[in-house]
Amino acid sequence: MARHFDFPGGIHPPARKQRSAEAPLRSAPLPSRVVLPLQQHIGTPAEPCVSPGQYVRTGERIAIAQGMVSTDIHASISGWVRSIESHPVPHPSGERASCIVIDGDDKDEWQRLPVLNWRQSHHAELIERLRHAGIVGLGGATFPAQIKAAIGEHHRIDSLVVNAAECEPYITTDDVMLRTHADDVVEGARLMAHLCGAERILIGIEDDKPEAINALEASLRASGTDDDAPIALRVIATRYPSGGEKQLIKRLLNREVPSRGLPADIGVLCHNPGTLRAAVQAVREGRPMVSRVVTLTGAAVNRPGNVEARLGSLMCDLLAAAELREAEVSRLIMGGPLMGFELSHTEIPLVKASNCLIAATQDELPTAPPEQPCIRCGACETACPAGLLPQQLYWYARSHDHDKAELFNLFDCIECGACDFVCPSHIPLAQYFRAAKDEIRFRRHEALKAEHARHRFELRQARMEREAAEKEARRQARKAAIRRRSQDQGLSEDSQPTETTDNAANAVMEDDIKTLRIAQAAARAAVKKAEKALARASETGEGDIDDLEVQLATARENLRTTESRLSAAREARENAS
Amino acid sequence: MLDHLILDNGIVLAILTLAGLSAVFGALLGFAGERFRVDDDPVVEQIDALLPQTQCGQCGYPGCKPYARAISEGDGINKCPPGGDSTIRDLADLLGRDVQPLDGDAETAPRVAYIREEECIGCTKCIQACPVDAILGAARHMHTVIADECTGCDLCIDPCPVDCIDMLPRPRSLEDWQWPFPEGPGKRTPAPGLIATDRSSPAHEAIHG
Amino acid sequence: MSLMHAEQTAIRHPGDSGRLMAWVAIATLPGIITLTWHFGWGVITNILLAILMGWSLEATVMRLRRRPIVATLRDNSALVTAILLGASLPPASPWWLLLVGMIAAIIVAKHLFGGLGHNPFNPAMVGYALLLISFPVPMTQWTAPLGLLSSQAPSLSDIVFHITGLSGTTLPDTWTGATALDAFKNKPETVMASEFWATSPLPEGARTAWYSVSLAWLAGGMLLLYQRIIGWQIPAAMLGSVLLAATVLYAVDPSHHGSPLFHLLGGATLFGAFFIATDPVSAATSRRGKLFYGAGIGLLIMLIRTSGGYPDAVAFAVLLMNFTVPFIDYYTQPRAQGHSRPNHGIKPPPSSNEDRR
Repeated sequence: MARHFDFPGGIHPPARKQRSAEAPLRSAPLPSRVVLPLQQHIGTPAEPCVSPGQYVRTGERIAIAQGMVSTDIHASISGWVRSIESHPVPHPSGERASCIVIDGDDKDEWQRLPVLNWRQSHHAELIERLRHAGIVGLGGATFPAQIKAAIGEHHRIDSLVVNAAECEPYITTDDVMLRTHADDVVEGARLMAHLCGAERILIGIEDDKPEAINALEASLRASGTDDDAPIALRVIATRYPSGGEKQLIKRLLNREVPSRGLPADIGVLCHNPGTLRAAVQAVREGRPMVSRVVTLTGAAVNRPGNVEARLGSLMCDLLAAAELREAEVSRLIMGGPLMGFELSHTEIPLVKASNCLIAATQDELPTAPPEQPCIRCGACETACPAGLLPQQLYWYARSHDHDKAELFNLFDCIECGACDFVCPSHIPLAQYFRAAKDEIRFRRHEALKAEHARHRFELRQARMEREAAEKEARRQARKAAIRRRSQDQGLSEDSQPTETTDNAANAVMEDDIKTLRIAQAAARAAVKKAEKALARASETGEGDIDDLEVQLATARENLRTTESRLSAAREARENAS
Repeated sequence: MLDHLILDNGIVLAILTLAGLSAVFGALLGFAGERFRVDDDPVVEQIDALLPQTQCGQCGYPGCKPYARAISEGDGINKCPPGGDSTIRDLADLLGRDVQPLDGDAETAPRVAYIREEECIGCTKCIQACPVDAILGAARHMHTVIADECTGCDLCIDPCPVDCIDMLPRPRSLEDWQWPFPEGPGKRTPAPGLIATDRSSPAHEAIHG
Repeated sequence: MSLMHAEQTAIRHPGDSGRLMAWVAIATLPGIITLTWHFGWGVITNILLAILMGWSLEATVMRLRRRPIVATLRDNSALVTAILLGASLPPASPWWLLLVGMIAAIIVAKHLFGGLGHNPFNPAMVGYALLLISFPVPMTQWTAPLGLLSSQAPSLSDIVFHITGLSGTTLPDTWTGATALDAFKNKPETVMASEFWATSPLPEGARTAWYSVSLAWLAGGMLLLYQRIIGWQIPAAMLGSVLLAATVLYAVDPSHHGSPLFHLLGGATLFGAFFIATDPVSAATSRRGKLFYGAGIGLLIMLIRTSGGYPDAVAFAVLLMNFTVPFIDYYTQPRAQGHSRPNHGIKPPPSSNEDRR
């Protein structure tokens, strides 16, 4: 076995995976109605392309991706679109978001995309397929898969890491899915490696999943051609949060993802096994993402286990099928007990990010005791897998000292909750950090918006100034025209100014023109600079192009203003002499 | 005689020493002030950067930059309702002044102008009033607000002869939602998503019924 | 936000801050029992009085600050401070001595700085140092290790009489005896160490008594380590540096310096290493920082013992190192993952860390 490296900190919470891992993967019953949020991924929400009353088949596109970071949404059952409405969605805020509701016809008629053979298809075609099949990362971040697949265009990727560590308590989605579908996952890994140009594939899995490991070993022996990238299975000791992308990369490759960087910056791409399976299904079978595997567990559930459920199924139906004892539920959690959040009720659809539902009893996950003062015991520091100082961050987050918090690397926090778990004073540290991050992001966003508003205001000022300058220039031009006409008529002798005042005025005008010439040159330089900034931004795709356009327009207005002023001044000099 | 007076009298000596020192340092400071003078006033830029740039004029100045200039010349820092308390705090920090309560009513939620288009007569008065060119339209054609650019400054309301402009709360999306800060020591922080009242009744019903 | 807490799930985890402090209190029991066995009921009266005062002071402050009283008392920090101060003072100290010490500890050192978690100095040691400076006479008079059951030992009523302060500040001569460190410190310069010990300068059984008390503190410390209440870094570094310094001094000049064993067991070194220096609030937080912090305390102890004016130095050494904690924390900041080096909370030069977002 290859040598393993390590990340700092980490914890060993009770795993509680056994109950849901014992049962084989089941299929959830077909729901009679699904609620599909338009945003089930990181990025811009998709835009609906169906209207109420329309008949859709399973797998048919019902909402179109908007912009770069976005992905399509597909009908997960066949039936009629009932409405496009605001509906509660799984989100820590408990708020509503717009969703497409479909009433099913129980026929489950499919509309698939054309089948592709990934070994022969073009990269562009495969990447397009991932986008049109609505594939997103199923590990929790729900990042659109086509962007990751296309990352080879900008970065050199040498290793593809399959993140099957699944370290968070309760969750057994990948474990159980791998037991039956290891072949798909391995093929998906080869597909992704093919797309991003990785030379090798590493599968990282924690040692508490012996059956999944066996299944993976068997499928590795059975499959693959000589051209394929070599695959290595790396079994690592169980420790939370090994399944964190950065932590797993550190453990398998001893590389550290730079702060605020991406794994791609160090030549690594990381994928969850569920995503790989979905990707391979999208390519090989033309099957868009309409379902996912979800763990249903918790002491209040009689039939815990993993089910393959259609997206948009209501959680109450899924839990009912798992024989939920409703009276005993004290809290319902989506995701794991360390990184997940509580749901306020169960009339909420299953989304692409829902990997686990825990219906916990009071004994199982008791309510957190009140927060006590920090005693600086340093337990959080020992547990932090990112090498941060949670207790320091906590002071700064609490006092809203955001500059300081950022300097103590707040944004390197992966919000794993290990510090919360060990804190003897029950301080919800991760929540402090999330709140502080959100506030910083919000303030940054507001500052950008204010800056943009200022630029637009300046544009308006510049335009008004230009209009005034042009008016003045026209006035001077008219005056000059009149003078020329009168000169032509030989009537110039009546306007003979005295020598002395004439000279003084002339000197002042010369000075003015000189200043204006300098101003014009400066304005021209400003236009050049703004043009360059805009060109660079549109090339790299970084920066706010809208805002840069406004700045360029302002610079142009300023240039025209100075030009008008200059010409007005010249006319005035002519008029005076 | 005089030197005796000085040397024997401690107080006189001390006063003279201090006077001498202050003269030397005063001269030094004066020289440095002249030598390293900064011509344009960077503090105006810094103040301007803290203002919310709604250009609403509620401070009594035509835009944020003029108000920034006025603050640098000694005007109060509490005249910006859109910025609210946080802007006052930031300005107080920057300028080393005391935090003052906001002069005027605090802005509530961020708002955006909305033109009831069927009532608009296309007079272009609001277009001329908008400080950030966020209203589109031509004479005798209905106008419309570019919601993304609108700063919610209210300046278009008064000029409208037919009162067809409403200030509506800016629609909030899930993206705008922020994790709330926990309530601090001694308090049990409710999990977000479960509003305190939810915990007892509706949530329970939803799960149990 | 973690919905799962170690305290509610794991077994070998102290959990709650209150439980953590309770474990510290429990771990002092062997030391207290041994102290009492050798030095009489005065130890117990000290501690009980201190606890009562600690609770009342804490409750008063909480009332003044309008904070919940019971919840605060439950964090057991006042209890631990009281036990530690009570155990450090000479047995059967008069009530006013304890009260002044506890006021300095709870009110001045803790609550004036903002309460639990905000105090830069170890409260018990602030109380102790204040008393030592202000009342040197009653503070340096330790009872002789007469043994709890000995007929010479002061009776309970004698002790109560002394606690009331009616007997004045000095103890009856029959009770008192210098501590081993004190005696050795005050030996004339011309007397060799071996000659000094030959004169049997201490009351009978004193050395045994002090050594056994130290070993009892060690036992309590082991319990804390086993329960993972404290980390090994501070005690190990502190004891290591004391041993090292004592060994060097002893090797250079055995005639004027105590043996390493004497320095380790003769005073409050072990008590300090496991119960005082490990107070998390006032100690350094990073693991590397704790090593520096502990080592610094050890070296200061030896410095003050050999060349300072006081026989023992745990309180001063701890307080002095408390001053250095922000400095230590600053320089021992761990390197965050994805950074080439810790940035110490300072803005990096603009070129090196460009914002990618």
